[in-house]
Amino acid sequence: MDVMELPHLESPEDRVWPKLLKAETRALSFSYGNRLALKNVSVPIAEYKITALIGPSGCGKSTFLRCFNRMHDLYPGTRYEGEILLHPGSRNILARDVDPIEVRMRLAMVFQKPNPFPKSVYENVAYGLKVRGLTDRRALEEKVEQALRSAALWEEVKDRLSAQATSLSGGQQQRLCMARALATDPELLLLDEPTSALDPIATANIEELLLDLKQRVTILIVTHNMQQAARVSDWTAFMYLGELVEFGLTKQLFTNPSKKQTEDYITGRFG
Amino acid sequence: MAQRHFDEELAELKNKLARMAGLAEDQIDKALAALVTRDSALACRVIERDHKVNALDVEIDEACIELLALHQPAAHDLRLVTTAMKISTELERISDLSENISERAIELNEEPQLKPYIDIPRIGNLARVMVKESIDAFVKEDSKLARKVLVDDDLVDDLMEQLFRELLSFMMENPHTISRAIRLSFVAKYLERMADHATNIAELVVYLVEGKIIRHTSPQVPL
Repeated sequence: MDVMELPHLESPEDRVWPKLLKAETRALSFSYGNRLALKNVSVPIAEYKITALIGPSGCGKSTFLRCFNRMHDLYPGTRYEGEILLHPGSRNILARDVDPIEVRMRLAMVFQKPNPFPKSVYENVAYGLKVRGLTDRRALEEKVEQALRSAALWEEVKDRLSAQATSLSGGQQQRLCMARALATDPELLLLDEPTSALDPIATANIEELLLDLKQRVTILIVTHNMQQAARVSDWTAFMYLGELVEFGLTKQLFTNPSKKQTEDYITGRFG
Repeated sequence: MAQRHFDEELAELKNKLARMAGLAEDQIDKALAALVTRDSALACRVIERDHKVNALDVEIDEACIELLALHQPAAHDLRLVTTAMKISTELERISDLSENISERAIELNEEPQLKPYIDIPRIGNLARVMVKESIDAFVKEDSKLARKVLVDDDLVDDLMEQLFRELLSFMMENPHTISRAIRLSFVAKYLERMADHATNIAELVVYLVEGKIIRHTSPQVPL
């Protein structure tokens, strides 16, 4: 286990912190217009682990996630403070000299609603690879198959790769978006409520997929579904009103949180 | 709104457990009275009533499983439900031990009394108070009281050892006393087990309140 080992995780004093980090935010604040949406948030993102961000609507968890691929840069009047470091190399992806496109090459994001391109299944997955300059047909086919297999979709679509992506079911479309995200071998996969538009079976498929994927890619997931955070994540960060309230091992946060606000939220007493 | 119903169900769970504990304590009292006053009819009533405690054990188990399945509780709620399940098992075993004491009382009442019963009621009273205090600690979520119960267990162990030595001397002096002395030492052992179950409940209360598992920790662990 890549945490500082302690014999018992029993009391708040015994709380552990991830040791091997893929990324981390340091005193990250973010505002648009006059509104301060994130206040001084420092969260470690453990490598090859799933970190869940939970909190009531409007707490800033999606805003936090979108800072990682500099999506907010697309809108005027936004302002970042603090750092987001990507390891190894401790590159601050918010630094002025960092090109957002370069950042997005290292990360991938999947959104709440499946958003395949209006193209074939194959083209959806091959798109990012082509943008990166891969033209060899055989290499492309191999990468597409590999990505579809990683997204546990290959068996279902291998005979209909030229079909329109929109002809797939909602769950399949979401896994196609996962395949599209995985095709370019991202270092960090950002998921913004990836199952909230799916039925329980499609949700279970995606959750299984996440648990398999974390062997190869670090995952940061925003979820409204606390049971989902409890089921799939290794680490959980609870946010409220733009601030980080508590960060810890998921198993500890859900059985013995150290903050009353966390306790109240995960037991459904507010939020 | 579902939260209010859930809170009510948690409160009802605590009530059920308190009711079960009341019944278990009463079983201890009556089993000891049956032994000390040599009242076999009372001992039979204790044996007959054990099924009531068993029924509550099943009822509490079912309620807990339902709460876990339907509400997926977390944090303190989760600790409360899982602790309640375990405490109910402890209480059921305590009641079984009262039944065992009653069975030995009936057998002992068929022969003349070996000696005046002094230490057994003392151990019995200590064990009963430990059960009561451990359950009070659960209902009030008082880990300080729970930790007191843990300390009291040593007193019971000491008294039990003392009684065992006394009964051994009876047996060595006169072999005709062996069957009665063995039955009495069984009774003492049952009471000592009861105190152990109360200790288990107290440890569960510490987990419920503080989130710390203190079971099976070495005696050096500060209480």
